[in-house]
Amino acid sequence: MTAPLLEVSDLSVEFPQRRQRLQALDRISFTLEAGEVLGFVGESGAGKSLTGAAIMGLLEPPGRITGGRITLQGQRIDGQAESVRGRRIGMIFQDPLTSLNPLRTVGDQLVETIQLHLGMDAGAAAQRAGELLDEVGIDRGRIGAYPHEFSGGMRQRIVIALALAPEPELIIADEPTTALDVSIQAQVLALLRRLCKERGAAVILITHDMGVIAETTDRVAVLYAGRLVETGRTAEVIAAPRHPYTKGLMAATPNLDLVSVDTVLPQIPGSMPSLAALPLGCRFHPRCGDVMPVCRRTAAPFIDGVACHLYGAQTQEAG
Amino acid sequence: MVIILARRIAQAVLVLLLVALISFAIFRFVGNPVENILGQEATVQDRNEMIERMGLNDPIPVQYARFVWDALHFDFGISYRTAEPVAELIASRLPATLELAFISALFALVAGILLGIFTAISRGRFLAGLVMTTSLVGVSLPTFLIGVLLIWLFAVELGVLPSFGRGDTVRLGFWETGLLTASGLKSLILPAITLGLYQMTLIMRLVRSEMLEVLRQDFIKFARARGLPERMVLLRHALRNTLVPVTTVAGLQLGSIVAFAIITETVFQWPGVGLMFINAVYFVDIPVMSAYLLLVGTLFVLINFIVDLLYLAIDPRIRDRNLRGGG
Amino acid sequence: MTSPPVRPPEKPAGAPESAPMSVSASIPASRLQRALASDFVYDFTRAPIAIIAGLVVLFLFLVAILAPLVAPTNPFDPASLNLMNGFTPPMQANMFTGESFVMGTDDQGRDLLSAIIYGLRVSLFVGVMSVLLAMGLGVSLGLIAGYVGGWLDNLIMRIADIQLTFPSILIAMLIFGVLRGIIPPDLRDEMAIFVLITAIGLSEWVPFARTVRATTLVEKEKEYVQAARLIGLGRHQIMWRHILPNVLGPVLVIATITLALAIIAEATLSFLGVGAPATEPSLGTLIRIGQDFLFSGEWWILTFPAITLLALALSVNLLGDWLKDTLNPRLK
Repeated sequence: MTAPLLEVSDLSVEFPQRRQRLQALDRISFTLEAGEVLGFVGESGAGKSLTGAAIMGLLEPPGRITGGRITLQGQRIDGQAESVRGRRIGMIFQDPLTSLNPLRTVGDQLVETIQLHLGMDAGAAAQRAGELLDEVGIDRGRIGAYPHEFSGGMRQRIVIALALAPEPELIIADEPTTALDVSIQAQVLALLRRLCKERGAAVILITHDMGVIAETTDRVAVLYAGRLVETGRTAEVIAAPRHPYTKGLMAATPNLDLVSVDTVLPQIPGSMPSLAALPLGCRFHPRCGDVMPVCRRTAAPFIDGVACHLYGAQTQEAG
Repeated sequence: MVIILARRIAQAVLVLLLVALISFAIFRFVGNPVENILGQEATVQDRNEMIERMGLNDPIPVQYARFVWDALHFDFGISYRTAEPVAELIASRLPATLELAFISALFALVAGILLGIFTAISRGRFLAGLVMTTSLVGVSLPTFLIGVLLIWLFAVELGVLPSFGRGDTVRLGFWETGLLTASGLKSLILPAITLGLYQMTLIMRLVRSEMLEVLRQDFIKFARARGLPERMVLLRHALRNTLVPVTTVAGLQLGSIVAFAIITETVFQWPGVGLMFINAVYFVDIPVMSAYLLLVGTLFVLINFIVDLLYLAIDPRIRDRNLRGGG
Repeated sequence: MTSPPVRPPEKPAGAPESAPMSVSASIPASRLQRALASDFVYDFTRAPIAIIAGLVVLFLFLVAILAPLVAPTNPFDPASLNLMNGFTPPMQANMFTGESFVMGTDDQGRDLLSAIIYGLRVSLFVGVMSVLLAMGLGVSLGLIAGYVGGWLDNLIMRIADIQLTFPSILIAMLIFGVLRGIIPPDLRDEMAIFVLITAIGLSEWVPFARTVRATTLVEKEKEYVQAARLIGLGRHQIMWRHILPNVLGPVLVIATITLALAIIAEATLSFLGVGAPATEPSLGTLIRIGQDFLFSGEWWILTFPAITLLALALSVNLLGDWLKDTLNPRLK
């Protein structure tokens, strides 16, 4: 089996504040194969975007990586993200309205990126920019237009074009469709998936929407309060979730075939704890229906794709 | 586009007429023009003659119109104090003020923008904090105090720069310039710094806050995510977006440099129109006051107008919005 | 099934370190106690710059108000002056009379310390009075413009806009010049202070008016105003007794900033010779007089008034700045 494209081991991120240090990510570990689409799902504040930012070296100070390793093709990149940023790992953000510089033309911004990473002259770069626009479905004649002249969906396509221009091996997409109309979301996601598969580029798709995960991803990782609680092939996790939180997520997602007007969607009681008031032991235990005494004391290690005392050696010990 | 232009011009003209009205009102109604020109011993007959000659019995709107007409022909009446035509007085002193204003503006802009960028980028570092605190002091201090302190430091204590006057000047046609002599240039330094300091701190703080605001925006984050080196991000993305609002405010501020020249010229006894105005206020020389007002008022309206247009040209969003909406 | 989170909720960021964690603390009874316990006072006591600035301002105000008690001499009583005392350097015995003065004397033998104290008095008097004038005018016009609306509102705002195009110091100079032209020459010195107050006050009303107008527009739509109208209360009653108290918040911030501006404006005008006269000098006038003696070596005649003005201007500015930063989010 080939070595994974991206390997993240025990990544921890902290936010030192005046009175305490908030641990935003606690020993996250996962791998990503070349060309696969990995989904990162969790509630707002769970740490999904932070993981993406940490990989890119774009953590906003005072946040910083306090532990772990990130390797790309076997090469360590944590702490040296500038060398790979844009060129080997691309990133796109949630809001297409603000991702583009309003005062410069779309063509300018494309050419700038192309020339920077691919070293072409102006003419060749302009040509390539046009080709990219074609690929994302924008009329290449509009290369001299300003961002505000495009609709939201089109702007996000331009953003995708910009991210793909340097031919990266990995694209991190942070909630790329959350700000778009539902009707456009599917289009943009399909486009993203297709273009990446064509180029053999892997994707980390960060979202809170299980529907998006189901549609677009090959594998999925579930985050809760800064910790990874479950990973696995998307189809399997959806069909048979193991961690109680994942189970709750699946149950709370409406399934058109099963619900009717009278169905009450189950909700996970309580809410995700704030980073300043994290529970001891397993971070989910206050809301867990299967909570056991051991859960209150220690967090379960991440074994075999899930971090829960229900699975693994701990269960026998707890009794 | 033409419609917007026409509207702006119409607005500007309206304000200009208002400024002229106030100027006229001062000219005509403050003090007694006849008495001031003829003195108190004049006979009733002389007075009536003068009133006729000056057209002071005509209906007010007519007098106003005549006032504006004269002004457009650069006829501002006669100074009560020196009896010379006000227009000549202004013309002889204007170059001094304009040179001073220009150099100060240059100083304020260049130093302000550079320091603004510096303090924005190296936010949190000691030097930046020092600059910011000094700027706070600079904004709190009255201009004249800065001038006096500078004189005390450089002219009295260190003795390296002159403490008043323009130094030697060279006459080029109708323009007397101090820029071509060593003593002229030396004399410009302290006044230019004094005059420009306030504007400089304003511009610096503006550039800094705008830049910090711009650097927080998503497209900067995205530019970094695309792998653009920090220098490129700053110069090609952050700077341009910062300078757009800065230009407008800076433009408006620079207009007030001419007004604040009054203070600096007094501190340094700089022979410009500002000093002329203060003397006019002190000696109640109405025609000079009114003429100065008209001039400065026109200047402000003009600057406002140009800055408006500039903004329109630089920010494509506003341009398009105006084009599409028809102004 | 659910158990509450194990840890107690985090203390709110602004809470004093030593305060007990009880939510059910007894509510302080008197207004003063409530004021002292407010966030405002808390923020103030935590910002050293604000405290220092506040103390300096307070000190200077006290000195000015108590001038006759605090100043060693009355420098403007001709009888107490001894010309031989002139040009005495600070803290040195005069070679003719043997008297010594903390800050030296000026050319007329006036004790500089006393001159500064009385000068401070003039400066602060003009400053405060002009702010009151500007506030009175601005708040009234703002209220009327906001509540009555229509062409009156338009007119007031147009005038405000036009006045705002020009720097206020220029407008103050203009008003001063015009008023001076109207007053007969022999009264000019006497009336100078009042002309000064009028000039500065009239040049600074706009920010008050604009803010009050904006707040009035908002308040106008609120229910208590509708209720008052239904009861049949007249326009004036509603404006002045109901809306006014509610729009005063931001006015405090503007007043402090305007005070700093007014003090500087007065000092500038006096320095230029078109403000407080030499017979009733303010700090600005003293500085102007002092500048003449800079080159002949009597540095103290300039330096001490300059330092005083510096301290005053800086402190009021810092206070105003801090006030603006602290009160603003609250007002939104």
